Amino acid sequence: MDLAAALLDGVLLGGLYALFAAGLSLIFGVMRLVNIAHGDLILLSAFVALTVTSCFSIHPLFSLFLVVPLMAVLGYALQRAVFNRTLGNDILPPLLVSFGLSVFLQNALLQIFRADSQRLHAGPLETWHLDLPFGITMGALPFLMFIVAVLVIGGLQLLLYRTGLGRALRSVSDDGEIAQVMGINNAHLYGVAMAISLAIVSVAGVFLGIRANFDPSIGPTRLIFAFEAIIIGGLGDLWGTLVGGVILGVAQTLGARINPGYQILAGHLVFLAILTVRPQGFFPRTR
Amino acid sequence: MPFKLLETRGLAAFYGDFQALFGVDFQIEPGETIAVIGSNGAGKSTFLKSLVGLVRTKAETVSFDGQAIWGKPAYRIIAQGISLVPEGRRLFPSLTVEENLSIGAYSRRKGPWNLDALYTVFPVLKEKRKLPGTALSGGQQQMAALGRALMANPKLLLCDEISLGLAPIVIREIYEQLEKITSNETTVILVEQDVKQAMAVADRVYCFREGRVVLEGRPSDLGREQITKAYFGV
Repeated sequence: MDLAAALLDGVLLGGLYALFAAGLSLIFGVMRLVNIAHGDLILLSAFVALTVTSCFSIHPLFSLFLVVPLMAVLGYALQRAVFNRTLGNDILPPLLVSFGLSVFLQNALLQIFRADSQRLHAGPLETWHLDLPFGITMGALPFLMFIVAVLVIGGLQLLLYRTGLGRALRSVSDDGEIAQVMGINNAHLYGVAMAISLAIVSVAGVFLGIRANFDPSIGPTRLIFAFEAIIIGGLGDLWGTLVGGVILGVAQTLGARINPGYQILAGHLVFLAILTVRPQGFFPRTR
Repeated sequence: MPFKLLETRGLAAFYGDFQALFGVDFQIEPGETIAVIGSNGAGKSTFLKSLVGLVRTKAETVSFDGQAIWGKPAYRIIAQGISLVPEGRRLFPSLTVEENLSIGAYSRRKGPWNLDALYTVFPVLKEKRKLPGTALSGGQQQMAALGRALMANPKLLLCDEISLGLAPIVIREIYEQLEKITSNETTVILVEQDVKQAMAVADRVYCFREGRVVLEGRPSDLGREQITKAYFGV
């Protein structure tokens, strides 16, 4: 039963990793931008939520009503003012700029919030659980995170494949030059994509802050988890990203069962193994 | 003096440091069909791309429908009523045929062209509307690319090598449809390597060589030798 419980924990943890990865996957898909600052933006969201919850004394989940639009606006501004200037045939300039942004964010957060560990306190939600058959228990928070991840990815999928905006995003992703000739303002659309990405990031950041302690230095590790989930799932496929997150989550949880010190290592090992056997991931987008 | 729908004076175009067009003077009146001919690398496609803002240009004047368009971003020029059928079709591979057509109407210009009108002209596209654009044959892809451009309800339609790589029977079909389309008061600039085909449909012809206009006139006024000399420079 321990194994079943570990598997369930891993699957639910995968929901959080899918949330980390979904925004990154969207940005890469639309504009081939590898946003090195993605993990630090997750942390920034957690700290914004921390500030909002302390100022207004509200539950972290309610803080999403402020954090999501704030981060979305920041994403749009960041894209229009910074990243759009770096996009072109060479992927190096945006990579370097996002690396610079990552360093800036880490140091700015360190200056403002210090290196102390912080936590978003969600009250009883942290301890609520459901009793399943065979003595297995399922935490309400991990379950909620997984459901939110499914809803976010499902919503993103609907947006991309059932709306005019999604059609425009896919056409820009396919052929940016010809998309302009359709009357699409690529610069604006890239801004919208980054706004959506950071809206998702803010949800991930709040859940991260409720689930575990955080400090300004842990962004790059979240970025690696997001990358691993995307690559395991297959570049460009959102449901694949969820599968990638689940595989990573299960690997980490099973590793932790063997020895708590093996948790992160087990995830990386499974990632490497999959990369060796199936470098294109499980559900690569075909053209 | 008749109204010029599009006029360029001294148009130069650049790819980085490389200059591809030199002082192109060009004009087209509403309802005209103009063929731009020339050999590979003459600057024909660059000329069309310059008009829609896809390459860096310098010019004394580029005006469309009485307004200056030089230096404007592509999406603003398209919104004013120019539409491009690009060389090689370039349908969006992740979009279905119908999505490819619908994205052409992104600028939401009013006019006679919508999905129903297009499906009447190209019924095969209706049959295959759920398939990815890339699942179509070459000729069908060309119809889709033409349809996508028409969905913008353009005043000026730019067609870049629409016969390239297609079977003669398909080319004939596409040109027949194009004639119906132009009867709908759409003005057309047609870049074409097939000189015979171009001369058959055009009201006037511009011949480009090495980035310059070297010959211009009505097909009936131009002799075979004159065209050959302008085309090859010998």
